[in-house]
Amino acid sequence: MVKLRIGYPEDPDYGERLAEFEARIARGEKIEPGDWMPAEYRRQLIRMISQHAHSEWVGMLPEGAWIPRAPSIRRKLILLAKVQDEAGHGQYLYHAAETLGITREEMVEALLSGKAKYSNIFNYPTLTWADVGIIGWLVDGMAIKNQTMLAQCSYGPYSRAMVRICAEETFHHKQGKEAVLLYAKGSRKQRQMVQDALNRWWWPTLMMAGPHDTDSPHTPLLLRWGIKTKTNDQVRQEFLNEHVPELLEAGLRIPDPHLRYDEKTGNWIHGPIPWDEFWKVINGEGPMNRQRLLARRRAHEEGRWVREALEAYAQRQLAQAAD
Amino acid sequence: MLDPYLKEALVARLTAWADDEVVLAQRLSEWVGHAPILEEDIAIANLAQDELGHAKVWLELRQELDGSDPDHLVFFRDPLEYQNAVLVELPKGDWAFTMVRQYLFDAYENLWLKEATKSAYLPLAEAAGRILKEEKFHLSHSSLWLERLGQGTEESHRRAQEALDTLFPYVRQLFQLLPTDEALVEVGVLPDLRALEAPYLEEVGARLERVGLRPPQGGYVPKSRQEHTEYLWSLLAEMQSVARWDPEAKAW
Repeated sequence: MVKLRIGYPEDPDYGERLAEFEARIARGEKIEPGDWMPAEYRRQLIRMISQHAHSEWVGMLPEGAWIPRAPSIRRKLILLAKVQDEAGHGQYLYHAAETLGITREEMVEALLSGKAKYSNIFNYPTLTWADVGIIGWLVDGMAIKNQTMLAQCSYGPYSRAMVRICAEETFHHKQGKEAVLLYAKGSRKQRQMVQDALNRWWWPTLMMAGPHDTDSPHTPLLLRWGIKTKTNDQVRQEFLNEHVPELLEAGLRIPDPHLRYDEKTGNWIHGPIPWDEFWKVINGEGPMNRQRLLARRRAHEEGRWVREALEAYAQRQLAQAAD
Repeated sequence: MLDPYLKEALVARLTAWADDEVVLAQRLSEWVGHAPILEEDIAIANLAQDELGHAKVWLELRQELDGSDPDHLVFFRDPLEYQNAVLVELPKGDWAFTMVRQYLFDAYENLWLKEATKSAYLPLAEAAGRILKEEKFHLSHSSLWLERLGQGTEESHRRAQEALDTLFPYVRQLFQLLPTDEALVEVGVLPDLRALEAPYLEEVGARLERVGLRPPQGGYVPKSRQEHTEYLWSLLAEMQSVARWDPEAKAW
């Protein structure tokens, strides 16, 4: 496809256009696909939205693995609906990214070649059925905090996608919480299972919000252009303040010996986050990185002949219509 | 209302239908996250939900008759107790196998459900009407895939024909009566499935021909719903693994 060559600092009208663009954002206007935008704004959005789409698509795997084992008709129906939503979110987000001048094929290629990132959280394995509940309550809980923030994003298509996705995520969050609360009051094995799941998912969940603001070089620009409206630490804090009291109320132990409530600010303060692990996982050394990518590649390879058949059939239909 | 014999007969029939749906939903759900295109991940998750939802409808009708617990029936019955047809338990295979099976099953469901809307047992007639609405969508989805595969590439045609060669003989099992079905047919509770086989073969045969596929002659037809393949045990073992893992759990 033709790459857009506009919005670069060396363009003669860049300064003037940038000032107009930033004034629009300051007025709270949405930027739409055909509008002028700095190339760097476009680049950051493509990066974020495609990563988000990949996260939905890869994120189907850890939970999808438990659809065949869901322990009741109701749980299986819920989990099927949830993973289906994730596919729908992925599809929706790929379309949103396409409005910026990249194709789905290019994005998929970037994912399968290992070039593109997706949410680190999906590089952890789901070891028991309780993981499905914890992912719904905590992982989706963190995702909702982030996505509610992104619903205010200055880029129209992304903002609107987030509004719609948040509505569905709220249902994911609710079903996860409901399951966890049930198991936390359930049989001995159910209680053990759900505590174990919390132990394993707690720190990866906190890391989902991204590095501390002091270690997040993109943040100031993203805030200035209204791509993000809150910092990583703000999002993480909102998550903690909502979820910590509810987890404790459920009788679960949070695996952070330093966790404390700060009377002055009303905030729950977490202990040191194992960032070494975060950087290792993000750079490909997590427990499931390789498996996730292999699963995506395998589905892509095994589906190739199907996509070719689709294409051939469509061509034939077109040719017949033209006759 | 139904006398005890008819009641028992209807319980057996509802269970057979439910088992078909549970097992097919299980096979469909194995695709979720692994479909050839993202759009089909969405579609197949939807199909699996619908089929499982239909199982729930049949098991709730059964519950009204004998007070049985639907979850208990799904998660605590052994392979020898399952009454599903062999067609639905065969491993998912490739996309052609899954879609050809889905088409064959959808065409059958559309046919008998339409007849079942006239059932003298009103709860069954109403349920069939509700389910039929969803099954019409399933049939248009799988018919389109049949066409795309049959008329796509040489490879897709070959794979679809191979799938059909394996699957087609099993379709005939769907039209067999359970030993107790006859009584239900006599009082108009159940459509006579045997009478639907010829119209089915005609309708499906015509569509297959239109897309360039040919139903095979002969092949093994299971003689009753007691018959299974060696694939059922592992399918159920996985499906029931969490539910059976903790006998003390009171709720999931």
